[in-house]
Amino acid sequence: MAFFFDLFVNGLMIGMMYALVALGFVLIYKATSVVNFAQGELVMFGGYVAAALITLYHLPLAIAIPVLLGTMVLLGFVLERVVLRPLVGQQVISVVMVTIGLASVLQGSAALVWGAQTKNIQLPIRLEPYIIWEIYISPVNIVAALVSAGFLVAFAWFFRKSRMGIAMRAVANDQQAAMGVGINVRFVFAVSWAIAGLAAALGGVLWGSMLGVDTQLALVGLKVFPAVILGGLDSVPGAIVGGLMIGGIESVAAGYVDPYVGGGTKDFLPYVLMILALMIRPYGFFGREIIERV
Amino acid sequence: MSAGNGTGRPLLAVNNIEVIYDHVILVLKGVSLRVPEGGIVALLGANGAGKSTTLKAISGLLRTERGDVTKGTVEWRGAPIHREGAADVVRHGIVQVMEGRHVFEHLTVDENLLTGAYTRPGGDALRRDLDLVYTYFPRLTQRRHVRAGYISGGEQQMLAIGRALMARPRLMLLDEPSMGLAPMLVAEIFDIVARLNREENVAVLLAEQNATIALKYAQYGYVMESGRVVLDGDARTISDNEDIKEFYLGLTGVGQRKSYRDVKHYRRRKRWLS
Repeated sequence: MAFFFDLFVNGLMIGMMYALVALGFVLIYKATSVVNFAQGELVMFGGYVAAALITLYHLPLAIAIPVLLGTMVLLGFVLERVVLRPLVGQQVISVVMVTIGLASVLQGSAALVWGAQTKNIQLPIRLEPYIIWEIYISPVNIVAALVSAGFLVAFAWFFRKSRMGIAMRAVANDQQAAMGVGINVRFVFAVSWAIAGLAAALGGVLWGSMLGVDTQLALVGLKVFPAVILGGLDSVPGAIVGGLMIGGIESVAAGYVDPYVGGGTKDFLPYVLMILALMIRPYGFFGREIIERV
Repeated sequence: MSAGNGTGRPLLAVNNIEVIYDHVILVLKGVSLRVPEGGIVALLGANGAGKSTTLKAISGLLRTERGDVTKGTVEWRGAPIHREGAADVVRHGIVQVMEGRHVFEHLTVDENLLTGAYTRPGGDALRRDLDLVYTYFPRLTQRRHVRAGYISGGEQQMLAIGRALMARPRLMLLDEPSMGLAPMLVAEIFDIVARLNREENVAVLLAEQNATIALKYAQYGYVMESGRVVLDGDARTISDNEDIKEFYLGLTGVGQRKSYRDVKHYRRRKRWLS
């Protein structure tokens, strides 16, 4: 049983980070109706910037982290302004192709600037795992889960209670009406991308410190799709629950199945879950039920 | 009451505007109208006459539908505003309550009202206005924390007006507030609008198909057809007009309700302009 809990708890903590990345994706989809295939690459880019600041330029963390967050927020703003705004009102497929192109550009330019070899991000976190009730928990995982959870809680508050958050939900609900009450819809779009950039920055540091930073880091983005489909493409709580579910299930399944099949369960199972979700409940567990009065 | 149309500088002046959708479809062909400070002005006409388009040209929402004011001007206290974005127009004090209510279904009633105050700084004044809206629309009070998608159509219309009120407007553009509502509710909503007009000094430009009720509350009226204003005058003058009675109020010359039984054959609808 300890083995199961070991897998499950560590899986949940990884899932928390999936949730973080998924949040950025859902937010952009909800507010701007753009399916952002470059979310994983944004995370990778965040990781590269973090590695550059911390490992290459040896900046102290107290400076590096704010600079990283600022850079990624700015990147979010710029991408929205330069790449996506000209496409407002275009067909979905054009926008999707642009985000796929954006993914390649981000990947290529990061490798171009900082090199393709794997970089490590050294965070001042101890390496030996804690052992709690026979469960091995690595400190990096704990920090990552806590940072992700903190960000998600802060975002949830912002989204539900702050005036900007309410305005963002209003835009997601009815764009024309939002304009009618004087909400600056373009600014809301930009803020959505900025927050997605922020989530990607945190994701980049955390994932980067665990896996090392190279272009492979973008593959994290692949786990986002099962998470958001499971949770509901346009639901913020759904992104969190979906992320946790994918993290927990893949970890447990990999622990029990991998010894027999020789690995790969982690990459394969989330997509099986996604296909099942699409067959049974295509709008996800928390997806928007369209309110219709009869 | 003299509507003041023509005398002094009006709050809003629409001067001979032409609106084209998608660069080709001419929808408004030279519409002019005036709304005086604190007045209620009715904009009447059938489906497709151009009432909503006129309102959207004023509020700046036209551009969200690929429409454009290609000729003429819209002036707010004498300054042109027809090139400005919707958010700036709201900041001037003009808010449109769109046809079909357009409340945010997934937000609660409270949150809907808060979105209405987006252009204003937060603080005590905002909270006071929230309470003020609830005193005008007591029905909404019990529904404060309910999602707007689940409240009734009448309540949604009240919410849409309340949301507009949160911007502290000087002019409210009401588009078909009576649409799809029971007559009792329509009367209730119009009474509240009249009170807002009196007590909060909000001028109202009211686009309505229901000419009877609109002319009851308005001081001045414009009648539109096929993208043009074909008739305007004091509310009294308009409701006394024979053609208006026939086509919009469903009355005969003697002022009685007309029954379909009395009509042997339908007269072709009068066209004012060829």
